[in-house]
Amino acid sequence: MFNFSTNVGGAEFSNPIFTASGCAGSGKELSQFFDISRLGAIVTKSIMIKPRSGRATPRMAETPSGMLNSIGLQGPGIDQFLAIDVAWLREQGVKIIVSIAGESVEDYAVLARKLRSVPGISALEVNISCPNVENRGQVFACHPKTARAAIEAVRRNVGGELPIIAKLTPDVTSIVEIAEEVIAAGADALALINTVLGMVIDTNTMRPKLAGKTGGLSGPAIRPIAVRAIYQIHEAMPHVKILGMGGVTSGRSALELILAGASAISVGTATFGDPTAAMKIKDELEKELIAHGFDSVREAVGYAHRDEGNL
Amino acid sequence: MNKFAQQVWAEIVSNKKVGAYHHMVFAVGELAKHAKPGNFVAISVGGGDSSMVLRRAFAIYRTFDRGVNGGLLEIVVAPHGSGSTWLTNQSPGFKVDLIAPLGTSFGIPTQPVRALLVGGGYGSAPLFGLSEVLKNRGCRVDMILGASTAKKIYAPLDGKRTVSSMTITTEDGTTGITGKVTDVLANIIETNEIDIVYSCGPMGMLEATSAISSQLGVMHQCAVEEAMACGIGVCMTCVLPIRGEDGQIRMVRSCIDGPVVDGASVIWGSKRMIPEGTWGAK
Repeated sequence: MFNFSTNVGGAEFSNPIFTASGCAGSGKELSQFFDISRLGAIVTKSIMIKPRSGRATPRMAETPSGMLNSIGLQGPGIDQFLAIDVAWLREQGVKIIVSIAGESVEDYAVLARKLRSVPGISALEVNISCPNVENRGQVFACHPKTARAAIEAVRRNVGGELPIIAKLTPDVTSIVEIAEEVIAAGADALALINTVLGMVIDTNTMRPKLAGKTGGLSGPAIRPIAVRAIYQIHEAMPHVKILGMGGVTSGRSALELILAGASAISVGTATFGDPTAAMKIKDELEKELIAHGFDSVREAVGYAHRDEGNL
Repeated sequence: MNKFAQQVWAEIVSNKKVGAYHHMVFAVGELAKHAKPGNFVAISVGGGDSSMVLRRAFAIYRTFDRGVNGGLLEIVVAPHGSGSTWLTNQSPGFKVDLIAPLGTSFGIPTQPVRALLVGGGYGSAPLFGLSEVLKNRGCRVDMILGASTAKKIYAPLDGKRTVSSMTITTEDGTTGITGKVTDVLANIIETNEIDIVYSCGPMGMLEATSAISSQLGVMHQCAVEEAMACGIGVCMTCVLPIRGEDGQIRMVRSCIDGPVVDGASVIWGSKRMIPEGTWGAK
């Protein structure tokens, strides 16, 4: 009997296919197309303390095998989010991973305190790597010190129960160095990777296409960057569980990230192109794993790292 | 959210070049009966491993409900980008991954009012279905269509028959009145004692139509066009600032709270900026 269950940072999930933060709306929008309780988990859009309008439009540009987005964390703020969105998700019987984002270390502390006693949450994804902020200095995951401070603030305030998944950016010289800092600061697992900072210039207007000028690149275009980042970190810290993401569009591409070291997969941009992408990927991944002779997902995690002698 | 939205493999039944556009017909089964004027469709382009990862959105021109096997959905496509060009290059018999109906629809008055339909370029397409619905409600329907040049006016004969009067403007004067739809709009609203204006076309035209309608105290519903990634409300890219009934401006998704919105509620001219006072603005 094939075992599709997985573990990320101490939390158990029935299968390894999750949504990616910011790519599943409130969950309601997707539930029109499939039963969201079939997901391993839903990762919610990064929520901040206060309501946020997000950035001006245009916010989107399609690119070869991908897209740039510059949403800027539009959302209703944590209080309304808990009262409406999380309450609804709980009723659906889907595991919930709440993604949080702050502008300061104190913001992360406040958000962690608000979430510590909320029932029905499986883990926190701490987004310290959103590229769509005015000041690059606000991308906590770009520096070991700020990355550590943000995660420490969450750890201190969330209590010992909720697993913390730190979401990192590959836009750094050494992602392993940042990963080691956040694990030392109390993160239980890592989410790899956030979008990659990019820009498109409209050759008609001869200006940056996005109102926010830069945006986050996602989709299959960044998959090799995700595979590389996951591989490097799994190699350096094989015991640390990884939620992998970056251009997964099929069971085969999900398997690629798992072989690199991911224990679960978040599906993001693929959902924009196809609302049922996560379900298709889930079915395809199960078939791929069985076809390769695995009895469980866990056996395949990091399998690309095995010794040459085992070939 | 449009509760009737369904994802289907839809066969292309017909694909014909009409002026600068392609008129395309898809076999969509029973979802055809749920589509209303103003709704749109989102179609995957490029085939399996295409580098185009996002769907393309098109206003629904009209639908025919002929049961599970025979429901038809029609669109008018301007092949100007690589996605729309790919779609117009596909032949009848080919199947596409299609989601419809999406978004809001034009509000239909309960009284037999006098309606003016304003279309820019292929934005005229959804207005013909609307005019049929309005006619059946006993409304008088006038129409103004405009484009840069004659080839870009989409006005099929059977569509023209559904309206009481049709005014055409082109910027280069190749057909109709030389100028823009908004040059003749105020005059037609006043002369024909119009109660409500419906519009679909480029954002600039919608904005100008909204200004004239407001000035003359006429209701205005428009179908807006914002760059969209998903079409189903999950990506948050297609937002535009709209003043709600509570007076609060919010960045609202044009794919699920639009594309049809009350023109007077839109904070126009706010491309590339967040209007002051918007909910959650810094």
